[in-house]
Amino acid sequence: MAPIFKLTDMHVRFDTPDGEVHAVCGTSMHVDPGETVAVVGESGSGKSQIMMAAMGLLSSNGRAQGSARFRNQELLGLSPRKLNQLRGKKITMIFQEPMTSLDPLYRIGDQLIEPMIEHEGLSARRARARALELLKLVMIPEPERKLRAYPHELSGGQRQRVMIAMALSGDPDLLIADEPTTALDVTIQAEILALLAQLQKKLGMAILFITHDLTIVEAFADRVYVMRKGAVMEEGPVTRIFADPQHAYTKMLLAAEPHGRKDPVPSAPVLLQADGVRVTFTRSKGLFGHDELCAVDGLDIQLREGQTIGIVGESGSGKSTFGRALLQMLPSEGTVVFQGARISGLDRSAMRKHRKALQMVFQDPYGSLSPRMTVGEIITEGLLVHQPELSGRDREARAAEALKAVGLEANMRNRFPHEFSGGQRQRIAIARAVILRPKVVVLDEPTSALDRSVQAQVIELLRDLQREFGLSYIFISHDLAVVRALSDTVIVMKEGKVVEQGPVDRIFDAPQSAYTRELIEAAFRLNTVLDRAAARA
Amino acid sequence: MTDRTALSLDQEAPARPSRSLWATAFLRLKRNTLAMISLAVLIFYILAGIIGPEITNHHYAEVYPEFVKVPASLEGYPKSDEIPALAESALARARLDLGQITVDGGTIRVEASSSREIDPRVTRYLDRSDLFANSRIAETSADGQSVVMEADVERLHFYFGTDANGRDLLARTLISVRVSLMIGALATSVALLIGVLYGATAGFVGGRVDNFMMRVVDVLYSLPFIFFVILLVVFFGRNVVLMFIAVGAVEWLDMARIVRGQTLSLKNREFVQAAEALGVRSAGILRRHIIPNTLGPVIIYMTLLIPKVILLESFLSFLGLGVQEPLTSLGVLISEGAKNMRGDAYMLFFPAATLTLLLFALNFLGDGLRDALDPKDR
Repeated sequence: MAPIFKLTDMHVRFDTPDGEVHAVCGTSMHVDPGETVAVVGESGSGKSQIMMAAMGLLSSNGRAQGSARFRNQELLGLSPRKLNQLRGKKITMIFQEPMTSLDPLYRIGDQLIEPMIEHEGLSARRARARALELLKLVMIPEPERKLRAYPHELSGGQRQRVMIAMALSGDPDLLIADEPTTALDVTIQAEILALLAQLQKKLGMAILFITHDLTIVEAFADRVYVMRKGAVMEEGPVTRIFADPQHAYTKMLLAAEPHGRKDPVPSAPVLLQADGVRVTFTRSKGLFGHDELCAVDGLDIQLREGQTIGIVGESGSGKSTFGRALLQMLPSEGTVVFQGARISGLDRSAMRKHRKALQMVFQDPYGSLSPRMTVGEIITEGLLVHQPELSGRDREARAAEALKAVGLEANMRNRFPHEFSGGQRQRIAIARAVILRPKVVVLDEPTSALDRSVQAQVIELLRDLQREFGLSYIFISHDLAVVRALSDTVIVMKEGKVVEQGPVDRIFDAPQSAYTRELIEAAFRLNTVLDRAAARA
Repeated sequence: MTDRTALSLDQEAPARPSRSLWATAFLRLKRNTLAMISLAVLIFYILAGIIGPEITNHHYAEVYPEFVKVPASLEGYPKSDEIPALAESALARARLDLGQITVDGGTIRVEASSSREIDPRVTRYLDRSDLFANSRIAETSADGQSVVMEADVERLHFYFGTDANGRDLLARTLISVRVSLMIGALATSVALLIGVLYGATAGFVGGRVDNFMMRVVDVLYSLPFIFFVILLVVFFGRNVVLMFIAVGAVEWLDMARIVRGQTLSLKNREFVQAAEALGVRSAGILRRHIIPNTLGPVIIYMTLLIPKVILLESFLSFLGLGVQEPLTSLGVLISEGAKNMRGDAYMLFFPAATLTLLLFALNFLGDGLRDALDPKDR
């Protein structure tokens, strides 16, 4: 069978102020009709750029070279008009951000209908009927009502379904999905993947799935290309690659899945105790009146010395809000006692003397470091507050020490954050917390923005630091694998409430509530979820 | 083993030299030819404003009654063909018969004769005129009835011509560049200082304080600018300092709004929350985290504010509310030039061209800076 999509010796280069960047170097791949091919790689591997180049969507400083053929039609160098006849019809793409891919000013229906009227010359009535049919196909609840809805009225999963509906409107032969589920919660991700699998069975299109997530690849794809630094490292059927990886990089990727468990701590004194923590946000409605939104509804925790409590939940579950409320960075109700002293309700200045012992690491390693300060200034800022008696030289020494503790070189402290990779930045953020020698560190999704292999190192680092400095962690994450690898006890949250809590092994091996079971299944047994969905269809 | 390979992946130190965001922005600016030309023009203007008035051959306030409204010329005044006539009129009362008058560079030779013996002091007639100096008898004939007088002609250069009062337009243009740039820089600094502090405070503190502070801004916005300036002029009389206050007091409002908007979005960034989690005081957060990160847009706005202020000053001076004579500014010069536009277009042309070029340079530089500091905006 002739492949419908074939890339041969593709090169992509970008002109940057620092010279030419060779993002894709001589990569070849192909997709057969009706096949599901995954391209897996970490950030910067060029996996997205190669598709962008084939589709003629490179940014203005990029150049593509080689050959990209769709059904014997060369795509590179094709005029935009001819390319548009294929693009969006026979080859369609869906992207990572369902939030930004839809125009917020137009109704869902109009966004679906307009291209059909424009490109396919359908009458308004027929286009509308087709749009409704498509929404039913992607299984959006209440499709008639959703036609008239604006994008902000839809959840992330529903928006991604609309994007899929748009992609299907031209009856494509090839659907290129560029990390379509990365921004979604695990349970929603499972639903979307199940939907894509069903649609493929029904419509017989080929899917090219770009992702960094090996779990998805294993459950979803037939064949996989492993990319690194713009080149294909290994290629083959999914079952073979996962059972018997040949290339060292593939082996490393597979081994980078978080593993191991935290050593249990012998019963130690309670460090931080919170009772009935409640956070409500008031939203003003016009001049008068307001509604209340309860983000965290009565949470209790008890953190012992050297212990890690994992807090798991999907977006909107209130887990990050709870972390901030614990550190008194948000107004909250309830009592929080730290080392026998009540810290809830303290104002900023009264709280300051406790801040040294209570630190926080944030999710986004790009946003949590001030872009105009050097790394040295960033990590020593806390010392300026809490140990103002230190001289500049002492601070330098402490900075060097902290950088060494997180596995960076001391001479990196004169550089600026934008010069570092995501993993290195997260190390800097951790250094900023540990330089103060805190007792408790709240880690708010510290590994979510990182590649798997980098994630594994950060987890290792967090473990080492915990042993070395006797830290206690509150580890907030939506990633169950990471939480399992790091926590003693786990709290599962949903809509501000605790669904379930208990020791890590009990939660993961014998979950009591249906929600926890669903979460664990979507995260660890994606295969069964997809198979079940396929059986239902 | 796998751990080690992974570590080596992450440990790749940045290969290129360490470069702050400012340095990167400057690199981007350097590739923008128009902006770099503008920068060169601007530096030239600044130098012209600072040292220009000191090195021109005329003081900007000096009046030359003989040379009122002479057009721009590279040749010195009086022109060679006018000098004999001027010498004749200077010697008219000496009652001499004037022979040949020759002009040779900076000296004039006048042959004169009389029926009587000529008193050597006759040269004083020449000296009395401002044009001639150091007049002397070069030759005297044997009978003393004819002499050849020599005098140095003081020839003045007015490259831009002179104005209606006979003042050198080049000197006046240079001093007005100085005044305009000074007003631009000072009024902008006033606006910058007040605006950044006010806006950052309002945005960072938020809530009622923010509401109150911004309503104050709204109230000030509603004051008509010209009315405000006339009021100030009536109370305090006209002077340059007043201009800074008036322009600065109005222009910081925009700056405050821009900085407040930036601060509001920065306040929710994680690095600000991280600083709060460290226990950094509000002043420290403002100083180290908020203000440095608002500087990009602020600098862009500043380069666009300077031409605006210069235009405002020109406008006020045009109306007669600006700087006081004999000090002048581009607006005053243009206003005078406009009055004499029909006969003496050069009086409008030179100040207008100077202002236009300055405004172009500032605007192009501002555009270039915006592209360099905010590459996402393109």
